[in-house]
Amino acid sequence: MQAFAHLLDALSFQPARNAKLRLIETYLAETPDPDRGWALAALTGGLDFPAAKPALLRGFGQEKIGEDLFALSYDYVGDLAETLALIWETDPAAGPPPTLGEVVETLQRASRRETPAILKRWLDALDATGRWALLKLLTGALRVGVSARLAKQAAANIGRQPVDAVEEIWHGLSAPYRPLFDWLLQDGPRPSTNAGGAFLPPMLANPIDRAELDTLDPLHFRAEWKWDGIRVQVASSGNVKRLCSRAGEDVSKAFPDIIEAIDFDGVFDGELLVRRETAIAPFNDLQQRLNRKSVTPKMLKEHPAHVRLYDVLWLEGRDLRSLSFDERRARLEAWIALKERPRFDLSPLVSFRDWADLAQQREAMRIDGIEGLMLKRGDSAYLAGRPKGPWFKWKRDPMLVDCVLMYAQRGHGKRSSFYSDFTFGCWRDSADGTRELAPVGKAYFGFTDDELRWLDKWVRDHTTNRFGPVREVTPELVLEIAFDGVARSTRHKSGVSMRFPRINRIRTDKPAAEADTVDSLLRLVP
Amino acid sequence: MTTDTLAPAPLDPRSWLYPTPRGLYCEPGDFYVDPAVAVPRAVITHGHGDHARPGHRAALATPETLAIMRSRFQDMPDTAQQPLKYGESVRIGDVDVGFAPAGHILGSAQAVLAYRGQRIVVSGDFKRRPDPTCPPFEPVPCDVFITEATFALPVFHHPSDAGEIGKLLRSVATFPERTHLVGVYALGKCQRVIRLLRQAGYDKRLWLHGGLVPLCKLYQEHGIDLGDVAPVSDAILETFKGAIVLCPPSALADRWTRRFADPIAAVCSGWMGVRARARQRGAELPLIISDHADWPELTRTLTDVGAPKVWVTHGREEALVHYARSIGIDAEALHLGGRDEEES
Repeated sequence: MQAFAHLLDALSFQPARNAKLRLIETYLAETPDPDRGWALAALTGGLDFPAAKPALLRGFGQEKIGEDLFALSYDYVGDLAETLALIWETDPAAGPPPTLGEVVETLQRASRRETPAILKRWLDALDATGRWALLKLLTGALRVGVSARLAKQAAANIGRQPVDAVEEIWHGLSAPYRPLFDWLLQDGPRPSTNAGGAFLPPMLANPIDRAELDTLDPLHFRAEWKWDGIRVQVASSGNVKRLCSRAGEDVSKAFPDIIEAIDFDGVFDGELLVRRETAIAPFNDLQQRLNRKSVTPKMLKEHPAHVRLYDVLWLEGRDLRSLSFDERRARLEAWIALKERPRFDLSPLVSFRDWADLAQQREAMRIDGIEGLMLKRGDSAYLAGRPKGPWFKWKRDPMLVDCVLMYAQRGHGKRSSFYSDFTFGCWRDSADGTRELAPVGKAYFGFTDDELRWLDKWVRDHTTNRFGPVREVTPELVLEIAFDGVARSTRHKSGVSMRFPRINRIRTDKPAAEADTVDSLLRLVP
Repeated sequence: MTTDTLAPAPLDPRSWLYPTPRGLYCEPGDFYVDPAVAVPRAVITHGHGDHARPGHRAALATPETLAIMRSRFQDMPDTAQQPLKYGESVRIGDVDVGFAPAGHILGSAQAVLAYRGQRIVVSGDFKRRPDPTCPPFEPVPCDVFITEATFALPVFHHPSDAGEIGKLLRSVATFPERTHLVGVYALGKCQRVIRLLRQAGYDKRLWLHGGLVPLCKLYQEHGIDLGDVAPVSDAILETFKGAIVLCPPSALADRWTRRFADPIAAVCSGWMGVRARARQRGAELPLIISDHADWPELTRTLTDVGAPKVWVTHGREEALVHYARSIGIDAEALHLGGRDEEES
């Protein structure tokens, strides 16, 4: 438990992805089974036991130091689990601290009545970091900035395997993953894939632009609209029915309407959308349904989910991935024609004569819910990862708006001495009739290293105010911001939120007064 | 000893030692303890900037503290300097003034003031755990104990120094191609961390930011062996890969850091025990190493000195006052201005 606690502690302060990987790799390589397996389960969100209630923790704390001192402490720290971990004192008589395996196995067996006494014994035996990690584990929120994908990547790295090789067998495994570590570290056999129920690493596309298209033969390619939803894999085999994000994260719980509608045996690739009648709702509507542990009936009714299919990977026990795109497409079309399924439909092919014709159709298509075009070679097998050549995405040109730099914040890791996170605003009329800037978004990429150095210096030279790591600057610098969409938002002061904003150009040539207004941004809301 | 004052003292301690806008004033001695501004006569507990200020006409302090002040304030030619060793005492006006070790930094002292049979101890800043750069805190029995309260909340339990240094060395082993930048306060923390690294067996060269060099020299002159240390500016053909570099905390986010190989920012401070505070400071590797007493040390000290009256100053007074009253001590907050949380 202490080693796992040190890992979580280090991860929580380490912002850089590669450094996080190194920390997890080191831990997995040095920690024996089954602890490392339970740790991997914790990091991938695969541990499930009844969560400790905040009231229990508060009661523990008040019992220890009294209500007044506990209130003062909690008020200062601001996090209940952390407060309790800090005020509790290690009892040297409590014996050795528990191992992670002991914690997980005990909690899975213990009844609700037994839990408090067990917990107290562990709190006595652990140090402050150990207590913090234990309580984070128990309250179900690690929040150390590690995705399931990253944890699997670390596991794959210690066995020198590609992450997709781990991903492919993942859903056939269960914690504490002994066969996985045997395979990765000790020449054990590779655990088998669970055919139709397994998550199959998706095939990804490379970006392309108009000029590059001319080097390709249009006859070899098929075109589809690129839908503005979430790429998902629908998998079903035997009793398994699963909806996974493209990173392999199981999102079934948030979309019971889709899971319920699965009445087939196969693995499909498609786009998750919110669809009302025939219209695709804006991305924002889909976002309402993401990251929810439970879904209300109202949600289900007002934001009905839908999957638009564009590929089939397995069908009725057969792996189709080695077939060509054209062959898979033919099977998909034949399969979908067999039965009406209101939650699923087919993403149509876009027919075109040549690239110029396709470019024209792309320009003409301005409806919401379409991000651009996908181009796929007719002879391409379904390959995991992002192979160069067979698939391309030809995104719609981004929208542009001129904004004024308002605040800058220092970055992390390599960028910790640079002001690299930029908040920018647009003009609007204030209550007293004058013009004021309202922040409309934040961007931390899109610029080159040289431009970053320039921006950093500009920020330092034009600072008017400081708030911790944030500097306010004179509202003089115009930044051309590129973004993929814009929606009304009640969470943002300006009432708009941009999708995927990045700094396109630094407009030193443009006076700040000529930057765009919030109104002009609102007009772009579909 | 104060055995003759076991009966309630007729003298109100507040009548002869009390806070003023210039600092804590001792009337029968006509001097200030750690005043916030320049005064005619000052008694200085230790060399940190929020306790030792330049420009006093006369200053009484330990010889080490005076040396630190000379190093920081261009030799202080205009201040009459009166050194007083631990355990010795001197009479100023009608007051006997002595120093007892505070265990905070080199030269740090508690000011022990005795007047008409009543004894008040101004602890200044202190800690109770061993520090290889200064003698340990000595509890002095007294009638009134003035305690600091920087970390006076039950959430502050500073872990063992060795464990925290272990965290740093483990990170150096995990990331051998990166530079570890360790943010330390220039006076005290820096030299203590160096000694702790040496005690842990780390004998490679330690690199110093220019701002740390003068006080490291001063510590060496006082017999504290820092091993192989060198200023960063002296480095030739040095990539700093795998190196440990010490710098003031403010330099961690400075352009100065750009010369190093993919640096990791470690910060040594008692505040690092609270995650939100560590994040606020941009620490990637927070190390909980403090020169101030934590909650168990503060509460134990109240019992050790056995003072019936305690005045609590700079920090989180409320919790310590609450605690002291709960064990029957007549405690109250004493508000002094000009204290700086950064130096903790």
